[in-house]
Amino acid sequence: MKTRTAKRPDSAPRRRESKLWQLRLYVAGQTPKSVAAFSNLKAICESHLEGRYRIEVIDLVQNPQLSKGDQILAIPTLVRKLPEPVRKIIGDLSDTERVLVGLDLRSAG
Amino acid sequence: MKRRPSKSASRTRRLPKCPTGIQGLDEITRGGLPRGRPTLVCGGAGCGKTLLAAEFLVHGAVRFGEPGVFMSFEETAAEITSNVSSLGFDLADLVRRRKLALDHVHLERSEIHETGEYDLEALFVRLNYAIDSIGAKRVVLDTLEALFAGLPNEAILRAELRRLFRWLKDKGVTAVITAERGREQLTRHGLEEYVSDCVILLDHRVDDQIATRHLRVVKYRGALHGTNEFPFLIGDDGLSVSPISSLGLNHRAPGGRISTGIPRLDAMLGGRGFFRGSSILLTGTPGTGKTSVAACFAQAAAQRGERVLFFSFEESPNQIMRNMRSIGLRLEQLVADGSFRFHAARPTLCGLELHLATMFKEVIAFKPAVVIVDPITSLLVAGTDFETKGMVTRMLDFLKSKQITSLVTSLTHSGHALQQSESAMSSLMDAWLLLQDVTGNGERNRVLYVLKARGMAHSNQVREFLISSRGIDLVDAYIGPSGVLTGASRVAQAARERAEALTSQQDSAGRKRALERKRELLEQQVAALRSDYEQEAGELRRIDEQVGTRTDLLTAEQTELARLRQADAIGKAARSPRRSGANSRR
Repeated sequence: MKTRTAKRPDSAPRRRESKLWQLRLYVAGQTPKSVAAFSNLKAICESHLEGRYRIEVIDLVQNPQLSKGDQILAIPTLVRKLPEPVRKIIGDLSDTERVLVGLDLRSAG
Repeated sequence: MKRRPSKSASRTRRLPKCPTGIQGLDEITRGGLPRGRPTLVCGGAGCGKTLLAAEFLVHGAVRFGEPGVFMSFEETAAEITSNVSSLGFDLADLVRRRKLALDHVHLERSEIHETGEYDLEALFVRLNYAIDSIGAKRVVLDTLEALFAGLPNEAILRAELRRLFRWLKDKGVTAVITAERGREQLTRHGLEEYVSDCVILLDHRVDDQIATRHLRVVKYRGALHGTNEFPFLIGDDGLSVSPISSLGLNHRAPGGRISTGIPRLDAMLGGRGFFRGSSILLTGTPGTGKTSVAACFAQAAAQRGERVLFFSFEESPNQIMRNMRSIGLRLEQLVADGSFRFHAARPTLCGLELHLATMFKEVIAFKPAVVIVDPITSLLVAGTDFETKGMVTRMLDFLKSKQITSLVTSLTHSGHALQQSESAMSSLMDAWLLLQDVTGNGERNRVLYVLKARGMAHSNQVREFLISSRGIDLVDAYIGPSGVLTGASRVAQAARERAEALTSQQDSAGRKRALERKRELLEQQVAALRSDYEQEAGELRRIDEQVGTRTDLLTAEQTELARLRQADAIGKAARSPRRSGANSRR
């Protein structure tokens, strides 16, 4: 998994107008959890942030020094770098509702 | 019996140990923490867990050539660095020299949303990276329990912790994991369940408003260790555990002697005073002059040019100097010269550990030849009996190892069994002097005796102990049929004896005179008799002469008569009556 950039925002934004979402997904090797997390994230972004997001995947096995910067402990961890504030979501992102709440795409409850 | 072979087998392949470099801890654990295994250090807040862990790393990096990783879950790297810099550890420098890696793991639960399965692989990666980056042999995780607060899923966390400790072992690093003390178990979250090789418990107890830190090795799998609670202290140079029992008895015993400053007391101690480098206990009830004896000894030492350190736990230096002036001791000049030093502190000022630390420090700084502790019993209030004994042991051992003569006074309470409270302490002492009150005849007097003095002939006599403006003196106590007499009664007894002697002297003189008179009388009588005799003898002589004359006359007359009668046998007839006459007279 290499760092990949999602499509540029072109269509009218529904929320957080025209802001680019920067998401960073920390994984450690190609574990089932990591793979699941990435695909879950991809699906959520496609359905809620179409064209307005960028996902950066960081493999700590290859770049262990990077875990310090975002204070990563758990794998997988999704960090929402932008828009601020920074949010962290840990787990394989299988619980879509909680991911949406965590990303502040949907208010809790 | 059957188990013996297995025991010896385990001894032969003893656990390799990793020295902590912490004073005393390596003695208790007989070499350090189990090498390549995790050790759990638990204790309440402010126990010194982090400090112990940090010191373990610093000593490892500086003294044992083992770089270390400090992973903190609570404090930032900057905070840790500044916290331990007060103890002289320069973490920043060690980090620069790649001897140490500091990693602060920040966890904020409010920032974390949990969505599904996860593990702590990132922590492993991070730790692994830190270890590999400097080739670390030691790891500290301080405090892992922060994870419980930061991560919502305890089931995952526990599984991961189990994996972490396994991983640390596989990695071959010696790890120290700190944890908060729990209410019913050793740690709040039961970490002892995972770390089973070595568990050290730190404790900060307040007894009678005085806090003392304790360390106990709860568990040390596969190794012998001291199981007692050991007081430890955090001084200027870090943590130091003071093991009581592990100190060896192998100090050198110097043979020189040191005067007590009281000539008669020296005489009681084989004529030459105490052994140099010995420990002397001076016990007595209140007001028996313990401080005075101690000061006397101290002054004598200082006047010989030896350095004296006087720990006072009752009086201020000024007060001691003033009081000692009244018995003729001049300490001010010695203090001014710098050979005599006071260290006064209230026993309640701090806990026993800190007292001990301060005393050690003072002794090391001042390098005295003689140390006075007056009184050691004041420190009883700063700790329990056992602690005080432990402290005294350590103190004395320390002084002995430095060949410092120590005199320790101890207050006994009248009414108490005299030896009881000190018997524990006395076994550590080389000499023991006892000061005692003797009351009677409306006054109170002091007596002194030598209870023991190892390695020297010493007097078994009770001496009366006099304190005057000229100093201290000892006099023989009067021991008579009515017991030991001291003070006025001793003087009175002496006077009485003198009077008795005088009386008997006078008596004999009188008799002598009477006898003399008798002799004179006799002589007079003899003289009278003699003169009587002389008289009689004289008379007799006179009579004799008269008789002779008369005989002569008679003979002459007879001769004349015979001649007249012309007789032939005059001579014969004339001589015979004369002889018979003389015989009858005699």
